[in-house]
Amino acid sequence: MDAFFNALNNFFLIGLPYIALFVFLIGSVWRYTSTRFKYSSLSSQFLEGRQLFWGSVPFHMGILFLFFGHLTAFLIPRGVLLWNNHPARLIVLEVTAFIFGIAVLAGLANLIYRRLTNPRVAVVTSRMDYAILSLLLLQVVTGLWVAYSFRWGSSWFASVLTPYLWSVFALQPDITAVSALPWVVKLHIVGAYLTVLLIPFSRLVHFLVVPLDYIWRPYQQVVWYWQRKEVRRSGTPWSLKRPLNN
Amino acid sequence: MDVRAQISMVFHLDKCIGCHTCSIACKNIWTDRKGAEYMWWNNVETKPGTGYPTKWEDQDIYKGGWEKQNGSIELKGAGRKKGLLNIFHNPNLPVIDDYYEPFTYRYLDLIESPASDDQPTARPVSLITGKPIDIKMGPNWDDDLSGTPDYARKDPNMQGLSAAEQEAMFQLERMAFFYLPRICNHCLNPACVASCPSGAIYKRGEDGVVLINQQVCRAWRMCVTACPYKKSYYNWHTGKSEKCILCYPRLESGYAPACMHSCVGRIRYLGVILYDADRIEAAASSETESLVDSQLNMLLDPFDPQVIQAAKENGVPDSTIKAAQYSPTYKFVKKWGMALPLHPEFRTLPMLFYVPPLLPVMASLSNQDLEQGEKMDPIAKFWKDDWLYDTSTEGLWGTIDQARFPLKYMANLFSAGDEEKVKLVLKKLMAVRIHRRDVTVGDIPREKVQQALSEAGLDAETAEEVYQLTSLAKFDERFVIPPAHREQAIEMLEFTGDTKGSVGFGFKEKPQRGL
Repeated sequence: MDAFFNALNNFFLIGLPYIALFVFLIGSVWRYTSTRFKYSSLSSQFLEGRQLFWGSVPFHMGILFLFFGHLTAFLIPRGVLLWNNHPARLIVLEVTAFIFGIAVLAGLANLIYRRLTNPRVAVVTSRMDYAILSLLLLQVVTGLWVAYSFRWGSSWFASVLTPYLWSVFALQPDITAVSALPWVVKLHIVGAYLTVLLIPFSRLVHFLVVPLDYIWRPYQQVVWYWQRKEVRRSGTPWSLKRPLNN
Repeated sequence: MDVRAQISMVFHLDKCIGCHTCSIACKNIWTDRKGAEYMWWNNVETKPGTGYPTKWEDQDIYKGGWEKQNGSIELKGAGRKKGLLNIFHNPNLPVIDDYYEPFTYRYLDLIESPASDDQPTARPVSLITGKPIDIKMGPNWDDDLSGTPDYARKDPNMQGLSAAEQEAMFQLERMAFFYLPRICNHCLNPACVASCPSGAIYKRGEDGVVLINQQVCRAWRMCVTACPYKKSYYNWHTGKSEKCILCYPRLESGYAPACMHSCVGRIRYLGVILYDADRIEAAASSETESLVDSQLNMLLDPFDPQVIQAAKENGVPDSTIKAAQYSPTYKFVKKWGMALPLHPEFRTLPMLFYVPPLLPVMASLSNQDLEQGEKMDPIAKFWKDDWLYDTSTEGLWGTIDQARFPLKYMANLFSAGDEEKVKLVLKKLMAVRIHRRDVTVGDIPREKVQQALSEAGLDAETAEEVYQLTSLAKFDERFVIPPAHREQAIEMLEFTGDTKGSVGFGFKEKPQRGL
């Protein structure tokens, strides 16, 4: 029996992260270069706008906070532990994160309800959308469960999960500590890997192309199909290098 | 001076008969696809009316276009701050019901339904869900319904008209309407381009056509909000926005866009106008009263040697400069000053201009119908002399002032509320008619003809030119399309030496020796 659990742990905590990362990296490059017409957030607001507000906004706000929260704990675990040194600050962090988690849950529930009940939205819903929604629901439910039952997550994430994740990225996976965690936490970890795995094959790609360059690009854009000034100038040398707008 | 070329359009509204042939030509070529059924890149509206999508002109609802903020301009409902903050849910996005739910009919039921006592019917079904629906709206649902309370009275352009004027417009005897065909304006200061977070929308440098790169669009859907003319459409099936492409594949091969080519009333003109790109920002942010003037000031005289010189230095080909010199749109817009932009107050500097309709103004009765005339509203013009047209210029311009269509309404559409601008154009239209009546019938005193022409700022020669281009112009005069110079463009894309000797008839792969 132990051998069986060991095998499971090895597969889900060592094998799966590498599969997920590999597929994510290769898949994202393939998706971006080969299927750019299908690269879209596939907004359905045009077909239904009101219900979407109560789904999309809390969901995105919550998931953004939680994503950056996890990222911070992964990148600067020491900072999180220092912050948590003071009980009041720890409570503030945990409660805030929990509230955002509730926002994600509420938003996601609204989004799923909308997908299931609105006939127009149902038309533009693919099986992958249902897969992603179920996976995200699993993530937020297990996440809230873990946060509620196994306190205080922000502290033990920084001291247990961060070393594990670092070890995965360092190609020397060490799962001794993680294997001992409760199964709900493991489920949450596996769900995260599956989400990463599915990013290139779903509408989640939109999070890879967050339009931040909009902040600094000029408002107006003019594209010249061929540089007429260059063509007219007799001094322009022939070049085998193709111009960017080819 | 940064001289660029822009393909611009003029629609002569006096000639539009509202047949929707343009819309159908466009629909058949470009938008007869899943997700695009509801899109009408070209549509024709009855004015007064609410249009498509419903009340698109009311920017209190849709927040389209630019607005002035402390001396400069900012997008009203999109832009860096609002666009990115509202990216998860755009509060100002029109939804499909603001246009209409696309539908078809189950025609096969007419043939295949089993024999029964009742007539079989072809029920309408939604093209989105495929389920039977009750049709509530269509793209031209208010076609010809000028006097109706549901449509005409809800026209956003009624603002500024007194209650009495509005009432007068909708009396059955005085009721008048005209058609407003609309396509993308291919603006000089396009709000859609500015609003696109992923930078998918751009203006082509060579001819100014505004396009959406379908591979870069990510469905952030801000362009739909930002375009005050609601000419950027969201394809709900592909998750990409689409818009009028001015039939650029046709333009590049020397054909007029499909809507223009098919126009039955020959109301459409297309040609190049040279403009100074350095003045775009100043023009777009000028005071509301001077918007039209500053836009017209940007347009350059293609015969001016300095302009030609600057254009050449900027890489505008000689053929394009020549096309600009023959451009019918330059004549209507700049030379004669007879065409105005639609809703200049949106500050996008639209490059589709309209010759406002004179027709409702001209409608009147001569004293042959005295009995009918007495029943008419006193504001309606009634000619008491023997002339079919009142030939005194006083009476003439009086007709314009007391038009069945209040000038204010026209001004709200075409000149940001400036009645004088519309009045001048209408005077010119009237003067050309008086001139032609003088030429063909000769029953108007010469000095009155002269007076009419000079007060409208025309001379006989110009009036004749206007008449020629309005009434008799052939295809090549209405559409002066500059060559796209693909032969030179291809050299920018590939070195001819690369492919020399490697292709021939019938080969898709290089005709190389086999293994």
